[in-house]
Amino acid sequence: MKGIGVSPGISVGRACVIRKIKSSIHEIPPESEADILREVERFDLAIQQSVIDIEILLEKGKHTLLTEELAILETQIEFLNDPQLKENVEIKINTEHKTATIALEEVIQSLIDLFEQMDDEYLRTKAEDFKDIGKRILVHLNGDQATAQLLHPDDPCILIAEDFSPSETISLDASKVLGMATRLGGKTSHTAIIARTKGIPAVAGCGESLDLVCDNDLLILDGLEGLVWINPDEDTITKYTILQEEYRKHSEWLKSLKDAPALTTDGHKITLKANISAVEDMETVLEHGGEGVGLLRTELLFMGRKSYPAEEEQFEFYQQIAGKSRQMPVTVRTIDIGADKQLPWLNLSAENNPVLGYRAIRICLDRPELFMTQLRAILRASKYGKLKIMFPMISSLQELRSAKAMLMEAKKQLTDEKISFDADIETGIMIEVPSAALITDILVREVDFFSIGTNDLCQYTLAVDRMNEQVAYLYDPYHPAVLRLIQQVIQQAGNNQIEVSLCGELASDPQATMLLMGLGLTVFSMSAASIPQIKNIIISNSMEKAREVAQKVMLMEDSNQIKTYLQLINP
Amino acid sequence: MISKDYIILSPDGIHARPATALLKLARQFKSVVHVTKNQKTVRLNSMLNLLALSPKFGETITVSVDGEDEQEALEAIGFFFTENLKDI
Repeated sequence: MKGIGVSPGISVGRACVIRKIKSSIHEIPPESEADILREVERFDLAIQQSVIDIEILLEKGKHTLLTEELAILETQIEFLNDPQLKENVEIKINTEHKTATIALEEVIQSLIDLFEQMDDEYLRTKAEDFKDIGKRILVHLNGDQATAQLLHPDDPCILIAEDFSPSETISLDASKVLGMATRLGGKTSHTAIIARTKGIPAVAGCGESLDLVCDNDLLILDGLEGLVWINPDEDTITKYTILQEEYRKHSEWLKSLKDAPALTTDGHKITLKANISAVEDMETVLEHGGEGVGLLRTELLFMGRKSYPAEEEQFEFYQQIAGKSRQMPVTVRTIDIGADKQLPWLNLSAENNPVLGYRAIRICLDRPELFMTQLRAILRASKYGKLKIMFPMISSLQELRSAKAMLMEAKKQLTDEKISFDADIETGIMIEVPSAALITDILVREVDFFSIGTNDLCQYTLAVDRMNEQVAYLYDPYHPAVLRLIQQVIQQAGNNQIEVSLCGELASDPQATMLLMGLGLTVFSMSAASIPQIKNIIISNSMEKAREVAQKVMLMEDSNQIKTYLQLINP
Repeated sequence: MISKDYIILSPDGIHARPATALLKLARQFKSVVHVTKNQKTVRLNSMLNLLALSPKFGETITVSVDGEDEQEALEAIGFFFTENLKDI
C-alpha cells in the first residue's frame, strides 16, 4: 500500500485500528451499579451535546436555510429528546448490561429497520434521520473518549486511523506508538509535523486501501518511502529488519554530529534552529544540536481547554521555555489560530474559507484583551532568556503597525507597573502571505527579522488548500513563483542587514537545503529531529556549489525540472 | 379521564412537522395525553411513537386526556386535529 511518507523511519509491529465511530468493540460492558449509572450519564450527555449541535445549526441557518431544512433539524431535536429513545437505550444498558454505544447502535438500527419497512413513503425517509442522529450521538459518545483510550495502548503498536486531530497526536506516547498510518493528510498536516517531532515513523494519505488493515495484522511501515505492508512474507520482513538496522546506524551517525557546527566546506556558517510547541520539546532540541528555537508555536497553550489561559499561566509556559533555552534565542510566535481549529472558548463561527478568514493576527487585533494578555506574558518572561516576538500572517504595513502599537502598549503597561522585561526584545514577522513577501522592502524598515513560513506562503501563492486531497498535488514549494518570493525576501533582508530565517517544511527538506543556502539563507528552523540530516548536507558541501545550484534553479521554468535537478545533485 | 375520536383530515396523515406541533401542544398541559389507533396506544410525548403509529388520512384515532386541565387540553388538541391539520 502506498501513501505519503511524512515522518522517516521504519517500524515493524502489530496494527491497532482506531475507528472513530465504530469503536464500541473496545468498550467494557457495564456490570456494577456505578458502571451502569456512568453509561446512562454518558448517553444523556451525548444527547445534550447533540441537541446543542443542532440548535447551533438552526441558529446559524435561521435566515439561510429553507423551511424544509429547518423542519428537518427541528424534527431531529424532537427525536433526540424523545423519551422513548432514552427509555429504549436505558433498558439495554440497565438490564442487558450493554454499553451506551452498543445500546444506542442497536436502538437506532431497530428504528431504521422499522421505518424502512413502512408503507408510507414519507415515513421511510425518516430512516435517514435516524442514521444521522445516531451518528451524531455516537460521535459525542465515543469520539474523544474511546480514541483517547486507544491512543495509549498497553503494548507497542502501529496506530491506524482516518486522521489524528492535533490534540490526539500531541497526547501520543512515543514509547508505545511504533508508527502511524492515516487515510487522510499529507506532509504538512499536523499529524506529520508532530510525528516528526516525536520521531514516530508515519505514513499519511493512504486512502481507502487502509481499510484493509485489521487489528493485530502484522505491519511494516516505511515512513521514508511512504509504504505500508500488511502481513508481509518472511523475505520482506527480513529485508525491512535489515533496513531498520541501517536506518538506526545512520541515525546514530547523524546524532554524533550533534555538537559539530554547521559549517560548509568553505567555512560559511549556517544556523540550525528548531520549531517547537511544548516545554518538553526543548530537550529534543538540545539532543539534536539545535541552536535555538526559530519558531515556538503557542497554539497548544490555547487548545484542548475550556477557557482562555490567564496571563500567569502563559507567563509560566514562556518562562519555562526561556529557562531551558540556555540563553539561545527563542522566537515566540503569537497565537496563530483560525476556524479550522476548535477552540470552544474563542467562539469562532464556522467559515466557508477559514484559511482566508478570521485568523491569527486578525483575531488578535480584533480582540485586544486576548492579544494583550499574551504579549504581556511573553514580555514578562523575556528577562529569563533571549526571547523574540513574531507576528504571524501579516499582510500589510498597517497590520504590522497595529500589532507593534499593541506591543508598545503592553510594554508601557509593564513599565508603569514596574515589572521588568527585556526592553530590547526583537520583533519580527512571518512572511507567509504573498502580499507581505512582495512588500518586504517596505516592511523591512520596521522589523528586526523576517521568518519565511513556506507552508502558508505556498498555499496562498498557488491558491491550493493543502488539506484538500483533491488538489494537494498542486501544493508545490518548488514552483518558481514560490521560489522567487523566497529569493526576494532573502535579498531584501540581506540588503537591510536584518536576520531572515525559514521555518516552513522546506527547511527540513534535504532536497531544498543547497538551493536555500545558495539563495543566501543562513538560518533554518525545522523539527528538531531533522536537524542532523540537514547539518550532514551542509558540512558535506561548499557555499560556492550551493550558489551555483541556486543560480541554475532560478533559471529553470518549472518545478519538475527543478526537482529532478535537485535530486540529481543530492542523491 | 376524557377521550374523543378524530378522523385524520390531512391528506398526508401526521407527518413530522404537524407531529412536532402536536407534541409541543400536548406538552403545554399538565394532563397526560395518549393516542390510540387500532388498539395500539402511545403516550403523546414521543415523536418516535407517534410516527410509528403512522396515522393516515381517513383513519380514526382516539385521544385520551387525564389530569387537572384535561378539558382545555382535549379542546386544544381537538381544535388542532379539525382545523390545523387540514392545512399542514
